Amino acid sequence: MSEPVVKQKVPHVPPEAIKAIPVRHYGRWISAVLVLVMLGLLGWALSNAEIKWGTVPDYLDYDTVLKGAGNTLLITVLGMLIGVLLGTLLAVMRLSKNPVVSSVAWGYVWFFRGTPVLVQLMLWYNLALIFPILNLGFYKDEMNDVMTPFLAALLGLGLNEAAYMAEISRAGIQSVDEGQTEAAQALGMTRTRTMQRIVLPQAMRVIVPPTGNEFINMLKTSSLCFAIQFEELMKSVTDISSRNLAVMELLMVATIWYLVLTTVFSIGQFYIERYFQRGSSRTLPETPLQRARRNLMTFTRGTGSGAKA
Amino acid sequence: MTPMVKAEAVHKSFGASHVLKGIDLEVAPREVFCLVGPSGSGKSTFLRCINHLEKISAGRLSVDGQLVGYRQKGDKIYELKEREVAAQRRDIGMVFQRFNLFPHMTALENVTEAPVQVKGETRASAVERAQRLLDRVGLRDKAGHYPAQLSGGQQQRVAIARALAMEPKLMLFDEPTSALDPELVGEVLDVMRGLAEDGMTMIVVTHEMGFAREVGDSLVFMDDGVVVESGRPRDVLTDPRHERTKSFLSKVL
Repeated sequence: MSEPVVKQKVPHVPPEAIKAIPVRHYGRWISAVLVLVMLGLLGWALSNAEIKWGTVPDYLDYDTVLKGAGNTLLITVLGMLIGVLLGTLLAVMRLSKNPVVSSVAWGYVWFFRGTPVLVQLMLWYNLALIFPILNLGFYKDEMNDVMTPFLAALLGLGLNEAAYMAEISRAGIQSVDEGQTEAAQALGMTRTRTMQRIVLPQAMRVIVPPTGNEFINMLKTSSLCFAIQFEELMKSVTDISSRNLAVMELLMVATIWYLVLTTVFSIGQFYIERYFQRGSSRTLPETPLQRARRNLMTFTRGTGSGAKA
Repeated sequence: MTPMVKAEAVHKSFGASHVLKGIDLEVAPREVFCLVGPSGSGKSTFLRCINHLEKISAGRLSVDGQLVGYRQKGDKIYELKEREVAAQRRDIGMVFQRFNLFPHMTALENVTEAPVQVKGETRASAVERAQRLLDRVGLRDKAGHYPAQLSGGQQQRVAIARALAMEPKLMLFDEPTSALDPELVGEVLDVMRGLAEDGMTMIVVTHEMGFAREVGDSLVFMDDGVVVESGRPRDVLTDPRHERTKSFLSKVL
């Protein structure tokens, strides 16, 4: 496909390329040197610190550490799942025309957003103190047997997250143009179907980026669960270091594992955001792989050939 | 013959502002009915009342002999449930000034969405019909495009196909060309002209006087919430009776 070109009578001499001396960026060189010097000093300080760096890699794949990292991952994913599902439900409830339903949602968010997660975790964990027996009618058991550290952690993190996700989802739903709802209703769709098919998919574009943030926050907040004896990463490393006293070494192990997990999530987040961007812009942002491929193309074919038409 | 739309003393207020102050009119089946008037005259509001996007405050409004949004039993009037209102809207297509296509769906998906979700049509037959409709509005090769990849005129034509997919008995057009670049207005009007020739009942809120004169069967001039003048488009546009119609037309013609 060629664009129509307006023909003009111009002599066919290609203009000469400008030969100019580029601006020198002295500031960049100076700042780069400064940063390198600082990093060097930091590295020198750390290598001379009283920490046995050699032992850190050994602890990284220690059984207890691996199990802790696995549990951190598990509780984060499950907690987020509860948060997203319950949060979306709460957001829809909050926007409902039924005043009872919307007040319930408001009250939920008010309570769970208004108290610290650590307090909520403790409340769940110690529930047996006020309800020694759990009696649901069809199910009856000792509360202490039911409220394991895992369940307390799941409820504490998940229900707290739902309050934040409710606000994020509400913002997303409200960001969708009202014309969309009108168009759907004019086609004969009910309110529920309009929400499912038209509003929520568009709200996702607004909901997903802060949800990624929440995910990473949750990954780190889950470390608070060591206070209720849940065997996650933080508890694993403190258990080990309380025995061998290699406190900093094991905190480094935890740091590395948290960084690995958050990095993996950030990559996943990029692809999820990209998926929900379809239709909202003419061209989707390139994936790193596509970008690398395009850069390689420009190497082999000379500059300019990789440019989009 | 039952009129397709019948309005008797229709009033509409938004809080303190009284937008419609007693509208009486009738639209016959297969008629192309044009509503013109200055902005704020209430013509779009009236259009939105016809498919219950707005609730009327007083009077009676019926489509094809059925009250819009209500049911009469004896001399009592009951509000319809949400599901029943939705069912009424299925038979009334609407085209918006700002298109309101679903941006997360392709042109084809925009057209198949309602037949599949609302009517429960199978995907295969909805796709087949959607392709015919897109062909009819001249956009067969754009079926896989998202709205953001289409021009305004193309988007509006997809929106018309989307409304037609529900096989409505009445089409409402709310200033369908007002958001378009002047050079794109023609392609949308052409599609509407084709619809009129096929006998679709259409109510068109428009500023395109050429279209009203050429395609319209009747024309109503509204100002400040009332019908000022009505008649055959040619008569009203060339020989307006009222001062307000004259001064409006002198500005837009």
